[in-house]
Amino acid sequence: MSESEEHGVVLAAHDVTKTYRMGDVDVHALRGVNVGLRQGELLVLLGPSGSGKSTLLNILGGLDVPTEGRVMYKERDIAALGDRELTRFRRDHVGFVFQFYNLIPSLTARENVALVTEIAEEPLDPREALELVSLADRMDHFPSQLSGGEQQRVAIARAVAKQPDILLCDEPTGALDVKTGIRVLEVIDEVNRTLGTTTAVITHHAPMASMADRVISLSDGRVYQEHENETKIAPRDLSW
Amino acid sequence: MNLLDRKLFRDLMRLKGQALTIALVVGVGVASYITLRTAWRALGQSRAVYYDHYRFADVFGALKRAPDSVADRVAEVPGVSKVYPRIVKQVLLPMEGLVTPARGEIISLPMHGRPPLNDVLLKAGRLPEPGRGREVLVYEPFAKAHDLTPGSTLPAILNGKLQDLVVVGLALSPEFVFAVDPGTVVVDDERYGPLWMAKDGVAAAFQMEGAFNNLVMKLEPGANEDAVLNAVDSILKPYGGLGAVTREHQMSHLILTGELQQIEILVVFLPVVFLAVAAFLLNVVFSRLVTLQRAQIAIIKALGYENRAVALHYLKMVCVIVFVGSVFGLALGAWMGNAMLDLYAQFFRLPMIRSRVDLPVSINAILASFIAGALGIAIAVRQAVTLPPAEAMRPPSPARYHASVIERLPLIGRVAQTTMMVFREIWRRPVRTLLSSLGIAFAVGIVILGRFGEDAMQPIIDMEFGRKLREDITVNFADAVDDGSLSYIGSLPGVLESEGLRQTPVRMRVGARWRDTVLIGIPGNSQLRRLYDVKARPAHLPHSGVLVTGILAEVLGAEPGDLIDIELKEGDRSTRQVRLTGTVEESFGIQGYMRKRELHRILREGASSNTALLRADPMQEVELQSRLTDIPSVQSIARKRTILDKFEEQTRRTMKVVTFILTLFATAIAIAVVYNNARVSLSMRSRDLATLRVLGFTRGEISAILLGEQAIQVLLGVPIGMVLGNLGAEALVQGQADPEQFRLPLMISQQTYAFAILVILISALVSALLVRRRLDSLDLVAVLKTRE
Repeated sequence: MSESEEHGVVLAAHDVTKTYRMGDVDVHALRGVNVGLRQGELLVLLGPSGSGKSTLLNILGGLDVPTEGRVMYKERDIAALGDRELTRFRRDHVGFVFQFYNLIPSLTARENVALVTEIAEEPLDPREALELVSLADRMDHFPSQLSGGEQQRVAIARAVAKQPDILLCDEPTGALDVKTGIRVLEVIDEVNRTLGTTTAVITHHAPMASMADRVISLSDGRVYQEHENETKIAPRDLSW
Repeated sequence: MNLLDRKLFRDLMRLKGQALTIALVVGVGVASYITLRTAWRALGQSRAVYYDHYRFADVFGALKRAPDSVADRVAEVPGVSKVYPRIVKQVLLPMEGLVTPARGEIISLPMHGRPPLNDVLLKAGRLPEPGRGREVLVYEPFAKAHDLTPGSTLPAILNGKLQDLVVVGLALSPEFVFAVDPGTVVVDDERYGPLWMAKDGVAAAFQMEGAFNNLVMKLEPGANEDAVLNAVDSILKPYGGLGAVTREHQMSHLILTGELQQIEILVVFLPVVFLAVAAFLLNVVFSRLVTLQRAQIAIIKALGYENRAVALHYLKMVCVIVFVGSVFGLALGAWMGNAMLDLYAQFFRLPMIRSRVDLPVSINAILASFIAGALGIAIAVRQAVTLPPAEAMRPPSPARYHASVIERLPLIGRVAQTTMMVFREIWRRPVRTLLSSLGIAFAVGIVILGRFGEDAMQPIIDMEFGRKLREDITVNFADAVDDGSLSYIGSLPGVLESEGLRQTPVRMRVGARWRDTVLIGIPGNSQLRRLYDVKARPAHLPHSGVLVTGILAEVLGAEPGDLIDIELKEGDRSTRQVRLTGTVEESFGIQGYMRKRELHRILREGASSNTALLRADPMQEVELQSRLTDIPSVQSIARKRTILDKFEEQTRRTMKVVTFILTLFATAIAIAVVYNNARVSLSMRSRDLATLRVLGFTRGEISAILLGEQAIQVLLGVPIGMVLGNLGAEALVQGQADPEQFRLPLMISQQTYAFAILVILISALVSALLVRRRLDSLDLVAVLKTRE
């Protein structure tokens, strides 16, 4: 029995390094990171800006490839895949939520969700996905007619509608006020609990770590701390 | 260089693809204007100077024969300032190497000095001298086609007698700028050429001493042309006058004028289209640029630069683009203008006045381009200028979209979301979509314009040379010959079939309207000449009564059933009333047809012909032609195949050039429209497209969204372009010099439509693919990190 199967690890980074060339200097974004996402868990990746957490998330989600190391999805090394297979991987297995929502302005809430359900294999009904984020009543609104929090909830509905194996959220509350941010976190937490979607949330906001099953802290491109929460705190009870 | 200018330079380098494609459209606009204006001015000015220096006549009259004293009576007609009587005779020139003898027209020169009207331009040698009956001047192009130089001998059949003439000089004349054998409609330097000989020589050869058969006149300024023509006609009538005409009906002048009129249409239409497209594209590109540079504009203003500086900054950018385009356009225009004049020089023989660079024309073109450019970016610059700095530093508010009315239709509601994105984008900017489509439409239309002439030619060739004229050889006689002696020709070896035609000059009149024309008598059972009505069905030749070409009926205002007065111009010159029984459709000239027997009856003559139509055995044709040449009464021999080949070669050659140039021009528009729209669209939607890629959409799928919008614009433009092409072609057909001489039918083939559509689709596709390549380098991560 392999290590990953032992812990129910779905997606794992093994000795991943990432070096960018920015202008004339090499930037070492990741310096040998080992991280695994376990089936059904809510993982928070914590770290200050520049710690490499976004880079790691992008590599895990198949948006970027590591300079060195392997990224195993189940038994497959996605670091070795080409553009076409990576696209397929994202399409079939990964849901993304971003800081700036990235909704398509020319499509309504429902259509933004349908965008994904149309190409997914076993999707939820777009209405069902929007009900999950309590936005069924606003589904025919265009992004310009929704508040920031609502837009982010639509983005979450869009990400989970295809029933992904993994949900990756990059600073999902970064552009929101406290109250709205908590509402968004509640939705993520609920999706994780009710659908059992393996979820990774990255943030630089330390108190958010309390809502996770497990917390991995990154600094300067390395994992420097990892711990499991004995008890999880509901988002609305987080001390912000 | 100040800092804003440095920014300008770098921005332009970044925009180079867009800047260059727009500059290309500006350049083509400038080039088309300069080319056409250069050609128009050069042709027009050369004509004016040539006519003036060589005293081109205002009125032309032909007659049978009149004593010289009659000319003095014509000179007394009020309004006539100068009269010059001449002898003009048809001759055959049996040139070595030609199966059919060439046709010449010999024109008398005065005994002393230069011709007072229609002077000759001596290109080499000298004028023939009186008393030397064999000396001639030869039309320069004809001489060149046969390697004739002063001193060469020229075989000629004058009045049925073969003589060796001596070439003493080569010449041109304002009368023959466009020299075409009246019977053949094509320029053929090998087979047709005027000659000039001293009057005593011509008179001696044709027994015309003390007489003339051709009269040219100069009118006083403001003279009443109609009154002069009437007076001249009545003086010449007893002498076999065939009806005097003004310059407007002189073949060479007519064709040249027609060409100038066509250029006049294009010189307005083409540059306006190109500059309008350029202005529109500048608007699209600069609106986007200003949006992208909101923050930069804000900072520039916050730093204390005035609004004027900001406006000037963007204006300068456009100036650079327009400048590059203009320089390219000036060079291209100068080159093409010259090329066009070279092409014209093959048909129009006149001393061409070429100006190297036409300064006012160039300045106009450049000025117009700058104005178009400034108009194009006016809205964008206004946006930049009126933006308060604080607001400008915030990102623009998110784009607003609405569900369009069309989406409520049941089918539309069910399309894929990606398709919906395309539709909503188009719905959001209907004006831009429409203008882009219009740009494409112009491109399609221009290709059609460049090619439709060739379409129109084929049916003319099929009808005129295939179905109507069925003979192989046409033989014309100087005077009508008895049909009995015509049977001699029919019995010559190699003649498979022969028919005689009787043609007579007449004036047809209905009420106050009249035209001088030819009435052609055809045998009732004619096999070699067929007539067709407007629907291309065989027209029935009535037992009595006359058929006329549709345009002649129109000119006379006559309907089938009406009576036409036919004033004969030979025989007893009486007037007969004949009933119009129908019309025939023909591409060349105006004429009437009746049964040959009926024509003999009204001419009160026996069976005779002045034209023989022959179908010949190809194996014996050479032999046959040489026998025909030996017949003294033969005035000309024409071989249909030769005329047809020449006609095709000539029209095709000109049209190939036109097609090529206009197709290139149109391609420039299509490329610029699609490329710039796609680039701007990519810039506006890169964030959406990157998001879709993150969500798992493939490159192909997002390309379809980006290019789908362009595809719709192009597809919308195609049918509009077909309509525009049709309208343009109609304008050009209407603008023809004189429908009474030649009618180009408005006909656009499916091949032309297909060609135009294909050219534009390929240009669009290539430009789209150039932009599509940029999707490969879309930075997915960076896009997600930024707010637009």
